[in-house]
Amino acid sequence: MKLYELTISHAAALLGRQELTSQELTLAVLERIHAVEDRVGAFITLNDELAMAQAEIADKTLSEGKGTALTGIPLAIKDLICTQGVRTTCASRILENFIPPYDATVIKKLKATGAVLVGKVNMDEFAMGSSTENSAFKITHNPWDLSRIPGGSSGGSAAAVAADMCLGSLGSDTGGSIRQPASHCGVVGMKPTYGRVSRFGLVAFASSLDQIGPIAKDTRDCALLMNAISGYDPQDSTSVPEPVPDYTGFLNGDIKGLVAGIPREYHASKGLDPEVAQAVNRAIQTLQDLGVRCVDVSLPHTEYAVAAYYVIAPCEASSNLARYDGVKYGFRDKTAGTLMEMYRNTRSKGFGSEVQRRIILGTYSLSAGYYDAYYGKASQVRTLIMDDFTKAFQQCDILISPVAPTPAFAIGDNTDDPLTMYLSDVFTLSANLAGIPGMSVPCGFSTKGLPIGLQLMGPHFSEGNLLKTAYHFEQTTDFHKKKAIL
Amino acid sequence: MKISKEDVIHVAHLARLELDEAAVDKFSHQIGTILDYVDTLNRLDTTGVSPTSHAISLTNAFREDEIRKQLDLELALSNAPERDEGTFLVPRVIG
Repeated sequence: MKLYELTISHAAALLGRQELTSQELTLAVLERIHAVEDRVGAFITLNDELAMAQAEIADKTLSEGKGTALTGIPLAIKDLICTQGVRTTCASRILENFIPPYDATVIKKLKATGAVLVGKVNMDEFAMGSSTENSAFKITHNPWDLSRIPGGSSGGSAAAVAADMCLGSLGSDTGGSIRQPASHCGVVGMKPTYGRVSRFGLVAFASSLDQIGPIAKDTRDCALLMNAISGYDPQDSTSVPEPVPDYTGFLNGDIKGLVAGIPREYHASKGLDPEVAQAVNRAIQTLQDLGVRCVDVSLPHTEYAVAAYYVIAPCEASSNLARYDGVKYGFRDKTAGTLMEMYRNTRSKGFGSEVQRRIILGTYSLSAGYYDAYYGKASQVRTLIMDDFTKAFQQCDILISPVAPTPAFAIGDNTDDPLTMYLSDVFTLSANLAGIPGMSVPCGFSTKGLPIGLQLMGPHFSEGNLLKTAYHFEQTTDFHKKKAIL
Repeated sequence: MKISKEDVIHVAHLARLELDEAAVDKFSHQIGTILDYVDTLNRLDTTGVSPTSHAISLTNAFREDEIRKQLDLELALSNAPERDEGTFLVPRVIG
């Protein structure tokens, strides 16, 4: 096994026993990145020198016997999480040269563990998209089939893990942006409960939906990353003061008698690819064989989720993105003669097409005369969607469904048709509307060899149950061990 | 068409975006399609349903009003597109 293929837990064991140094591991990962980046295109900014310096410090900590699970582990960070002194672009021209003057809370936490941050990875501009094709800088290719998208918006985070260009990564999930790329790239991804992880230093897209979470090679690594990033933060007033358990402690827990709801509306969805349905049904059978009891449940407002989401998210985005005015940071159009021209030129040249489309959609939905019909109505439907989950969780502990209706599609297939792209988020965005945790775990491959993910969702703060279920599933399957050949 | 070209131009102005004619055409068509889809929400009777703006019930996060360390001036200005000593510069506002 090559060093860059190691999981976090395996590497941490070797580092802890001083059978491996972080500098050896980091160098191997950097060499891997340089060998495959031409083909994958995962990184916006690479920090070779900084990473090696962090590895050197980590080795010192490890040699003193003071290492923890992430000390010396090379990780990649989605390029919308602020890193002090390291460019953070949001994959947008408007932040192309933005150097954050502070670290996001999750970065502070990772640095405190001694993790090595190899670089910033690609995404859809401002996290708006499901394919990473909306990046202003580059296309990221799915490591399993380079002609296909890696998913999005955290496409770089998922592709980098799948291609062994890091041992784990952070992404963000506003409507499926961690789970869907994890599913398409055959890796594990978790969107935590809203408020579980601080959003301080996360560039805001839709503040009531955004959540940072891990992408990893297996469930144990996902739990280790959750341990490091979770917790209340006084700098994010929406983070929740709920104690953080050791998530690895859940993995070996018993799943016999766990009740899994199978939401009938998801499984009967019109656009569901038969191969995805088959892989998910087999996974349900596997879980039943392990002692999970499956019951039929209904989430009756599912068909309205995409419509409600694509009002609420653009409304919040149009408001959040008002700050990009060319005054204090970011791109400014310097040809403008007046302040108004400066605002307009800066924003028109700085934002890409999808971002402008959502700003206009959101501004329209919030404008005088339309607010009640759009934002007001969607917020009421959001309540109904949340109530569906509350009722379902009276009958079951977790929900099992597909992550995405199809495996990864070809680059360029959906770029001119925003609504079709939006509809592909149908299974994931309800979790954001309800604030509940969800994760994707590999559960099969299509006949073309493309990975398929299984989605697990649970009530608020039930991450432990999701990780436990995923871990038991991994123990009897080997989908997560398969590697893309590059 | 759910959203006219005039609406798109008006909303773009509110959002401080300038669109060329092709973008106005494209957006009015695409956003029109999206809004038609959003209209499916009207099939639901939501009379008496309270709106949700936030999925987790929150109470206000209060803290003592005390002076804390903030970004120092140089760091705060370090990303300024144009600056002069301790200030951000913008094009002339008053003629």
